[in-house]
This record gives sequence, C-alpha cells and structure tokens, in this order.
Amino acid sequence: MLVFRPPTLGSMTVTAPAPFSEVTRSESSLRTFLHGLPGVDAVGADARAAMLGTRSIKTTSKAWALDLAIRMVDLTTLEGQDTPAKVRALAAKARRPDPADPGCPSVAALCVYPDMVPAAVAALAGSGVHVASVATAFPSGRASTAVKLADVRDAVAGGADEIDMVIDRGAFLSGRYAQVHDEIVATRAACGSAHLKVILETGELGTYDNVRRASWLAMLAGADFVKTSTGKVSPASTLPVTLVMLEACRDFRDATGRQVGMKSAGGIRTSKDAIKYLVLVNETAGDDWLDPAWFRFGASSLLNDLLMQRQTMASGQYSGPDYVTLD
Amino acid sequence: MPFEYAPAPESRAVVDLRPSYGLFVDGEFTAGSGTFTTVNPATEEVLAEVAEAGPADVDRAVAAARRAFGPWSALPARERGKYLFRIARILQERSRELAVLESLDNGKPIRESRDVDIPLAAAYFFYYAGWADKLGYAGLGPDPRPLGVAGQVIPWNFPLLMLSWKIAPALATGNTVVLKPAETTPLTALLFAEICRQADLPPGVVNIVTGAGATGQALVSHPGIDKIAFTGSTEVGKQIARSVAGTSKKVTLELGGKAANIVFDDAPMDQAVEGIVNGIFFNQGHVCCAGSRLLVQESAYDEVLERLKRRLGTLRLGDPLDKNTDVGAINSAAQLDRIRELSDAGDAEGAERWSPPCALPDRGFWFPPTVFTGVTQAHRIAREEVFGPVLSVLTFRTPAEAVEKANNTPYGLSAGVWSDKGSRALWTASKLRAGVVWQNTFNRFDPASPFGGFKESGYGREGGRHGLEAYLDV
Amino acid sequence: MSDRLGVRKTYKLYLGGTFPRSESGRSYSVSGASGEFLANAALGSRKDVRDAVVAARAAFGGWSGATAYNRGQVLYRVAELLEGRRDQFAAEVATSEGLSAAEALRVVDAAVDRWVWYAGWTDKIAQVHGGANPVAGPYLNISTPEPTGVVGVVAPRESSLLGLVSVVAPAVATGNTTVVLASETRPLPAVTLAEVLATSDVPGGVINLITGRVAETAPRLASHRDVNAIDLTGAPADLATALEVAAADNLKRVLRRPPSEPDWTADPGLGRLTAYLETKTVWHPIGV
Repeated sequence: MLVFRPPTLGSMTVTAPAPFSEVTRSESSLRTFLHGLPGVDAVGADARAAMLGTRSIKTTSKAWALDLAIRMVDLTTLEGQDTPAKVRALAAKARRPDPADPGCPSVAALCVYPDMVPAAVAALAGSGVHVASVATAFPSGRASTAVKLADVRDAVAGGADEIDMVIDRGAFLSGRYAQVHDEIVATRAACGSAHLKVILETGELGTYDNVRRASWLAMLAGADFVKTSTGKVSPASTLPVTLVMLEACRDFRDATGRQVGMKSAGGIRTSKDAIKYLVLVNETAGDDWLDPAWFRFGASSLLNDLLMQRQTMASGQYSGPDYVTLD
Repeated sequence: MPFEYAPAPESRAVVDLRPSYGLFVDGEFTAGSGTFTTVNPATEEVLAEVAEAGPADVDRAVAAARRAFGPWSALPARERGKYLFRIARILQERSRELAVLESLDNGKPIRESRDVDIPLAAAYFFYYAGWADKLGYAGLGPDPRPLGVAGQVIPWNFPLLMLSWKIAPALATGNTVVLKPAETTPLTALLFAEICRQADLPPGVVNIVTGAGATGQALVSHPGIDKIAFTGSTEVGKQIARSVAGTSKKVTLELGGKAANIVFDDAPMDQAVEGIVNGIFFNQGHVCCAGSRLLVQESAYDEVLERLKRRLGTLRLGDPLDKNTDVGAINSAAQLDRIRELSDAGDAEGAERWSPPCALPDRGFWFPPTVFTGVTQAHRIAREEVFGPVLSVLTFRTPAEAVEKANNTPYGLSAGVWSDKGSRALWTASKLRAGVVWQNTFNRFDPASPFGGFKESGYGREGGRHGLEAYLDV
Repeated sequence: MSDRLGVRKTYKLYLGGTFPRSESGRSYSVSGASGEFLANAALGSRKDVRDAVVAARAAFGGWSGATAYNRGQVLYRVAELLEGRRDQFAAEVATSEGLSAAEALRVVDAAVDRWVWYAGWTDKIAQVHGGANPVAGPYLNISTPEPTGVVGVVAPRESSLLGLVSVVAPAVATGNTTVVLASETRPLPAVTLAEVLATSDVPGGVINLITGRVAETAPRLASHRDVNAIDLTGAPADLATALEVAAADNLKRVLRRPPSEPDWTADPGLGRLTAYLETKTVWHPIGV
C-alpha cells in the first residue's frame, strides 16, 4: 500500500484513473508498470524533434501561431531580488503585452514565488490572467513534505490559481516512486481548486526513459499539467524532452480518457523556438492541446521576441528591442 | 483549433532551367541523336528537352573517357583527390539550386532533397576525395590500379546521390566514367556536368549521356568499357550479368529489394513507428532498400497498427517544393501504373487496404500512403517490389519465425530490426540474409558505410572502404 | 622607397582561441636565418602551459565528440585558408628558414596538402585501424580507435611550418586536442598559422600554441598530469630523456625524439595518427 504522508492531511480521495488503480497500489506494482513502458530510443527521438524543427511556418499561419504563443506564455519572474513593484510591472505587461496594440492578446498567467502571490493577484484582478505560483521548496524540492505542503497552502491562500510543484528527483532517481507519487497526491489535495503543474526537472533525470516514467507517474498521481523544468537547471526544456512528454500525455489520454496539459519551461527565448514547439504539439499530441488551457510556455524573455515578431508581421519591417517594453 | 500550415514553397528562382540540354562528352555539351522531354511529375509540366544519346554518341563518350584515362590515372593521386574535394565544395555551394532542381525533376519533397540527397552527395565526394592518395592503406594490396573506363547507369529515385555513389569512387581510384542518368531525371546530372567544368576537371574524365533503356544498353554492352556499375531493377541486372559473360568486364549491381522491417514487442514504440514511416514513405517508397514488408510480433500488433495509422494521419502530401511536404509525387506515369497494378492485386488477393484521409492534387502523378494488412507471404505485394508508398503488414510469433519470413524472398538488400534488447537484435541481424541491417533505425546512409545486397539484390558494395574494390584491379 | 612606415604585427600566444601575451609579460627577440631582427615573440611561461592545458582539456569533449566527417570538413577548411595566405607564409618561411622564394612556396604548398591529407584520414582511420574481431563465442566484438586526449607537442625546431603542420594535424585529426610548443628560434610561421586557425572552423582550445624557451616550458608540459601524450620531435637533445622520464609519471604516450629532424616531404604514413589513439574493444552478446 502506498502511504500518504503526512497523515494530518486527512482523507484524500485522489486516486489513479480506473485502468490504473492497481498500478498505484504498491511500490512494486508502480515500479513494474513504469519499467514496463516502452523504451525511448534517444537517437530516434532527437531526430524526430529535429525534423519537426524544420517545418516552415509562414504568413497567416505564423501570425496565428505568434498570437497563440503569446496566449500560452506563463510570464515568469523567479528571482531572489523580486519585489511587489517588479511583480506589478510584470502584471501590467501580462495584461497588455504590447501597449501600442490593443489587439495583442494577454498572456496565460504570471508565475511568481509564493510570497509574491498577493501582489500578483491584486495587480491582475479582473484581467483573466491567472496567477501561478511555484511551491514545494522550488527549485530543489529539498524540504520535508510538511514544509512543501505549507508552501503550497500559503500560495493557494494568497489566491494562486495554479501551483507549479517540483518532484523529489532524489527519490525518483533512487527508485522510490511511491514516495514521489504520494507527495504529488498530497500536493494535489493541498491545491484545492488550483491547478497543479508537476515539474519533472528533466535536466536532472538523465534519460528519456526516465522522462517518460516521471510523466506517467505525475499523471497517475493527479497532475493537471506536466512541466519540463524549473528554469534553474541546464538543460531546461528541449524539443525532444517535450516530444517524449507529449507522447506520454497523448498515450495517457488514450488509456484513461483524461487529458493532461503540458508546459515547456526554460530556454525558449525566440519566436522561432516557440513555433517549433507548437509544431511539435500539433504533430504529436494533436490540436486538442493547441490551447492555453493545455499547453504553456514558461518564459520571460520569449514574450518580447514574440511581440517584436508580431510587430514585424504587421509592419513588414524588422522591429528592435527599443519598441517593446522592458519590465 | 487546427494549426494549418500556410504554403511555404521553396523558390524556383535559384534554378536557371534551360529549354534544352545536350550530352556532356569530352568536356563539352553536344547534340545527340534525338531528343526527349523530362517533366515535373507533380504537375506534368515539361521542364526541358534533353538530348538522346544513340550508339554513335555513346561511342564518342567512351572514346573520350578512354583518351582521358591515361593522363587522369597518371596524375599524382593527391591531385586527383583535390579535384574531388573541389567538386564536393561546389556541390555544397550550389546545394539549394541542386535541391530545387532535383525536386522539380523527380517529385521528391524539397525537405528530402535539401536535407538528405544533396548533403549526402557532397559527403560521398568528400569521403572518396580523401581516399584518392590512400589506396595503399585500404587493405586491397600495396598498389591497386584502376580498371579504366567505367560505364555507369543509375536510377531515377536518387538522381544526384546515385551519381555521387558511382562517380566519386570511380574517379578517386583513377578511372574515367561515362554515366547515364535515368530518362525521367536527367537534369541534376547535367548540372553536375557544369560543376565538373567549374572544377576544371579535365575533359573526358566525366561524360554524361542521357537517354532511355536503349542508351543504357548501348553503354553497358560497349566493348570499350572495363567496368559496369548498374543500379536499377533486378531484371535488367540479370540481363547485364548475361551480357558480360565471357568478357573481362568487372560488374557491380545494386538491384531491387523487398526488405523486412521487424518490430519486436520490446521495441521503442514511438521510434519504431517513425522508423516504419521513414522505411516505406521516405521518397514515396521509391527506395530499393525500403522497408516494404512490416513484420510485427503478434503481441504488439494492435499497438503498432494503431500508432502507425495515427502517425500516417499527420503526413503531408503535396507540392514537392513546399518545405512542409512529407510525401511528394510519384516519379512517372509508368511507375504510378505499376503501383496501382500491384495495389489492385493486393485487394484482389484479399488483403485489406487502408490510407489516411488524403486529398491528391488534380494534375501530376500521385498515390496516397497505403497500408495493407492481413498480408501473407503468398501475396504479390509481399513478394514483388512495389517501389511506391505501399506497406504490407505481416505478423510473427517468435524471433525464428521473423527471420524465416524475412529471408523468404529472392531479394536480400536490407532489413530493419526494432528491439531494445541488444542481444536479440544482434541475433536477428546475424540471421538475416541482407546486405544492410538497421537496428532501431532505418534508411540511414553514410559515405563511410558499405551498401549493397545479398542474393538477387545484386553484388558488389558501394560506399566505405569496400566501395573502392569495385573500381580497382583486385 | 616609400615614405610610409610599415605597421608591424605583435606576435602573441594562441590559447583557447584567443591571442594573449604571455602572462609573464616577457618577450624575446626572434631573428631571421641571416641574423636580422624579425620581431619580438611572446616568451611563454609555465603558467601559460598550465592555461593551455586547461583550454585543451575543455575543448576535448566537443572536438572528440564531433563526427569524423565534421572534423574532416574543418581540417580541409584550414587548408583552404592556408592556401589563401600562401604568399604571406612563403615570405615568413623564407626569412625564418633561409629558403629561396621558390623553395618557400614549395614548403607552403606541401603544408597545405598535408592538411588535406589528414582531412581525408578523419573518417577513414577507424576503417583501417579498427574492425570486427571474430572471437570464438556468441559475441559481437568490435575494436574502434579513440583519441588519447590532450597531446603535448614539442614542434620541430627547423621546419617551422611544414614540420609544425605535420606533427599537429595528425594529432587533431583523430579528435585529440593539443598544446604546441613552437620552434624556439623560428616561431613566427607558427603564430601566423594560429591566425589561420583562429579564423577557421577549428574550435578554440583544440590547438594551443606557446612560443618561447622550450627548455623552460617542455618540462612543465611533460610532467603535467592532465596531459595524456607527448610528442618530443622538437625537444632539445640534452632534454629528451629527462622529458620522457617526466612523462612516465602518468604514463603519457611518448613519441620519441628522432635522431635528426625527419624529411617532412616524405609520405607521412599512419604513425603519427596511431600514436595518439587508444583502441577500445566492445563485447556484446548475440542471442535470441
């Protein structure tokens, strides 16, 4: 039996979807399942992602993709030097990324540390832009479960709509899958109505096989989203890692009927990169995921590049960094 | 909301198509004995008029190659190599032009001509350039000598790439060549002739004679050639083998195939599906080593078929010059007829045909990606080379059965094995009677890697150190 | 004679893809074959050797991990650029080595061709120096050559360009990275070659070049524990044995000093390629 800790959480009803209820019953059944997933051939996965990266997205489809990408951005500031003033400035950017163009859509969410959540909530009230908060001793996750859950509850109490948790990579890599699973389940419960994004920190997992297993583990435990990276570890998101995770999302929905979202975070800085990701989503998981409700970019500098490309599409002239706001 | 990709056509402006092209003999473009036209198979538009070489023209070309052979083979090997390096560099410099021309003439997607055919063609020249002054190290004796004049006949599926497989090793070893490209795809070979002039290659070292089967016949049966290198059908290969009986001509033949692509239940499934798709739909299946017989372990059959069909739904068929096209046009009306005939035979023999929803253009030669299930070893589509985007799916229960079925063909060019268990994959590879076995990949080519078949897929190897042997007196 | 005063070049070291002066701040006077002053070259120090080894080690992963085809393209590009500066090198070689203009041009041409020769070997050496081994059992057994690592090169003292290229190119062709001690008395063509390398596609750190007193720098290189092999071709006769003893400390692969400087125009053979290769043999079972 999996033991959910801490017991003070009370009754938890979150269980794995029906076809997999046996899978999460014990440490050994979980291991058997995860290690029974088909392998990922790294060379082949890299080649597939690289091939999709050669798609040429032009004119109307590029304009459409740029706007969609803006709507998918989780505009992020996760620095020790963050202040409420910085968060308010970024919130203004999130609401209205291009002050010169009212037709420019808002981003999906503003992503901050838990203590900045109240400032973000206040600044975004009524905008429709969500407030996302990292939690669970982000980015390392090296704290007791009790502390991590307190971190989550703090962010939720502050008004966060979305929680970005980190998995315990140490536990995962040493094969303590049940511990990772239980912690996600407990975090899911602590989120209440907030959406839970589960960060795998793929740059620390070492293999695509591990990325696939961690994706399944997170989805079995109730993740609303699986997310590549904290952005604090290199490599962060890559196209092939996102490919493997999207395949897992696709296969999980086929098996359970439940759709789980995907967030690629870190290292995505240019519009060209963002469009490659959208192509990857389109041709791997399919257009059901081509929506801010199901796919997100965790990024900061990406937004301005999207805006510059958007201006270029509109004017026919290359734009420059002086024509977007630096917040 | 669906993500529609707007048309992203590669510009034709990089190609300077001339209305007519001559033969390339002794360093000059000359008239032939007749003409024929070459068309864009995606639109049926006539691209150019091309000279047809008759027996007298082939005579001239062979004579020019013979005259050039003495000085060429006497050049310091290092200098010979430097000519090939030059050609490799010009191929790289003019790569986009060559890619567009190849896609226009052949119908293959620009993504493939741009990312596969042309870079590889340059790489073969680069690789063999380096061998020119290292032949004594190739393990073929201390001082291997060239054969003389090579008559080379190549197919239409990879026009420039097959040219490079033929010409690069021949020249590196000190031979001169007369090459006949396929009648439906002569244009990149003629642009290559121009590249030879840009490289200041001595006249007569490379001669290009265009024409159809009769021209090829005149070339391979010419008494003035010392070596025949042919890539094409097994039927013609057998005729060539008969025709050289009693002569001293050295022959290499790279012929047809009916490759098995074996998927075990412990395969990396997503990559296996990619490999199946790449194995049969790369270049519209116009690939002699195509993985045209999919052998799936019964315990993985449902999963593989479901994933395969879903993946095929994302293939993009259409304008070969569109940078997002995955599947282009069938090269010719004649080839389209052949594909239709064999597919109809598949229907008639009781196999189940499936294609993804796929609108075909009104003009040009097109065939949708097609999968036949319920195929047995007895079906024609499991035995005959379709040379088109048609996959036959069979099943097996044990590794031994997979090997038995895979080998149960007169062909033996290539095979694929998909399994994450290394020892099983190597065991399978060791039992397969095929010249190239790809494990957890398919349709990989590299100048350093020998290529060629067992059994009726031909003899001799092209590529790698082994590819030198075909052009040396060893 | 023109009124215009020529602008002279400062000859520096080449470390990690950049051109620093010696960290010691020292230089030494370099003379031509007939004794005339040519330039002041950097007088490299033991700390420059240390920095060069760090740069070479940092570059090793990327360079040895590049495909052999890619390394061949990169070396061929060096030949192209060298050919483009043919006259400059000929002039420098002529003054350094006391050759006639025609002799110097022949030397430069041979140096260009030597790069081409080794460019062609990158993707062939494994085919003539490795292969499948028919062991008596159900195993795939395959041997492949792999680069040794960081190679220290004491460059020939007399042949300032052709000799230098002939010892450096084979080391890097197979994926090693190098720290090269240029000819002490004829260092200028080496520094100019570094300028070619810096504008080629050879990654910074793959070839590092130090000018100065070989008797000062070579012992540091020979005893450095993060250097895997050393070529003593240009070592002073009275130092060669001591350098080999120092190299034994971490069992460096040693290419010994020849009794006299080789004829660099001769067929180079494979010896300088295989000197810095390790054979790796992989066993894998074959079974259903």
